[in-house]
Amino acid sequence: MAKSIDVSDLNIYYGDFLAVEGVNMTVKSKSVTAFIGPSGCGKSTMLRSLNRMHEVIPGARVEGKVVVDGQSLYDASVDPVAVRRQIGMVFQRPNPFPTMSIYENVLAGNRLNAKKLKKDDADSIVERSLKRANLWTEVKDRLNKPGMGLSGGQQQRLCIARAIAVEPEVLLMDEPCSALDPISTSAIEDLIHELKSEYTIVIVTHNMQQAARVSDDTGFFNLKATGEPGHLVEFNPTRKMFSTPDEPSTEAYISGRFG
Amino acid sequence: MTSAPMTLSQARLPRWAPGLVAAMALAVAGLPALLGGWGPAAWLVLAVVVFLVAMPLWSRLVEGRRAAVDRLVTGLIWTAFAIAISPLVWLLWVVVRSGVPAINGDFLTFSMLNVIGDEQGGILHALIGTLLITLAAAVLSVPVGILTAVYLVEYGARSRTARVITFLVDVMTGIPSIVAGLFALALVVLLFGPAFRMGFGGSIALSLLMIPTVVRSSEEMFRLVPDDLREASYALGVPKWRTIVKVVLPTSVGGIVTGVVLAISRVIGETAPLLVVAGATDGINTNLFDGRMTTLPVFIFSQYSSSTPVGYQRAWGGALVLIVLVMVLNLTARLIGRIFAPAKGN
Repeated sequence: MAKSIDVSDLNIYYGDFLAVEGVNMTVKSKSVTAFIGPSGCGKSTMLRSLNRMHEVIPGARVEGKVVVDGQSLYDASVDPVAVRRQIGMVFQRPNPFPTMSIYENVLAGNRLNAKKLKKDDADSIVERSLKRANLWTEVKDRLNKPGMGLSGGQQQRLCIARAIAVEPEVLLMDEPCSALDPISTSAIEDLIHELKSEYTIVIVTHNMQQAARVSDDTGFFNLKATGEPGHLVEFNPTRKMFSTPDEPSTEAYISGRFG
Repeated sequence: MTSAPMTLSQARLPRWAPGLVAAMALAVAGLPALLGGWGPAAWLVLAVVVFLVAMPLWSRLVEGRRAAVDRLVTGLIWTAFAIAISPLVWLLWVVVRSGVPAINGDFLTFSMLNVIGDEQGGILHALIGTLLITLAAAVLSVPVGILTAVYLVEYGARSRTARVITFLVDVMTGIPSIVAGLFALALVVLLFGPAFRMGFGGSIALSLLMIPTVVRSSEEMFRLVPDDLREASYALGVPKWRTIVKVVLPTSVGGIVTGVVLAISRVIGETAPLLVVAGATDGINTNLFDGRMTTLPVFIFSQYSSSTPVGYQRAWGGALVLIVLVMVLNLTARLIGRIFAPAKGN
């Protein structure tokens, strides 16, 4: 059920400010694609434009094409809400809903959309999602406790469970481990490996080792110069990226000889 | 290279020092007060001055300059706090002392209908009037206020319309209540003719005063909801209006309820606009849409203007009931705020 994403000549703006310029890439289905690059080069902006979360910010807009499964996301007839139901997202900081319990948080995507669920179905969705997010054994006895009471790593896995509970085609992750300790990070990386069999995953990371560990393809973003828009320097299989990259600047960044 | 040993300890005044100085200041100030035959107020003022001089002085001699400044500023802040709180305590004390003798079962369960001279009268009609008119005002202004705040925060952010609305709301905050009363009167007269009076007119006037407060407080509460939560909701494919109804509102409901109750407390004591629009009557009127209606403030005003001892007492009794009403409202708001506050931890 996973879908591939084709991006062509994508320019992303905040108002008049061109943040990311001329991106072309193909994200393969049922694989993990990592975006790496220095801060402020537009990785997160790029990620957010893949499920039209970008335009939530006032004044933000996009030129160019993002095609998922033959449909262009930015066509006038496309409903951004429908796009986001198919392309889920996990954010940098864990953001469970503070008014909801763990159980309700997992079901948030269904409940907030007023989908009627039978008790049995709801229970099974919660159990399945939490199991896939490697959180079930830790929380199964306190499902009715508030989600905010969990530790940071658990909250992040709760957010992942919430995102996969609506069964999206694609999962976007914006530095999902940057606020987590190494153990939680490794739990989430294991999870990414497991989810790869069913979902197309795009992950933004600052951690080169993480990109090397989890991803199949890697895109390296960089600024041409300070004040210039970010752009995609190189997009290649991760193995090639980390051994014999095409561009010298990619090698400089990956090996730590950067700027 | 050797360094001097660190000195972390120094002479400190004992914990009971401020208490001792305060007692001595009272005693020292008591001497001229006794000899000059001053009242307790002047005695207290002199004692405070003596304390503010003596305490830092002693501290300067024993503890050093920095501690002395600390003692002085601490003393000044406590003095400022006492000055700020004393009118409030005094007011409560006067109202309770003057109001309690008036309160009895009949006072709370009878109206002033056919009460002549010094007979036992009651405030039931004014209590009913206050509750009905204020309730109707809240029903009018809470939806308008909250929806305006939703527009300002969620939809109109930084647009010209939003700025104009914010400006107008600020202007509305400053409308004198009597002007709101005259406006409501003009509206009622325009619609129903010159001699028509109804309690609902008072509600309209009060809602004009309430709306800006509700808008401002709800706006602040909505702004406190982190954008992370909105984005989390959008990313689950939840439409904007559902995000507002199911995520933003529940997260901020505690603060909004508090704001609404504060707005109600503000208008429940309004007199002028109600005197103009709703008029005054001695009997119970439970129909908001026809006939004059008395509220507690108007009752207090009319009893006080009757200039009889019984009138004064009834006015104080009414004032006490009004204050208790506002206090109960505030406590309810705190309770509701606590119940709806987002749960933290286990």
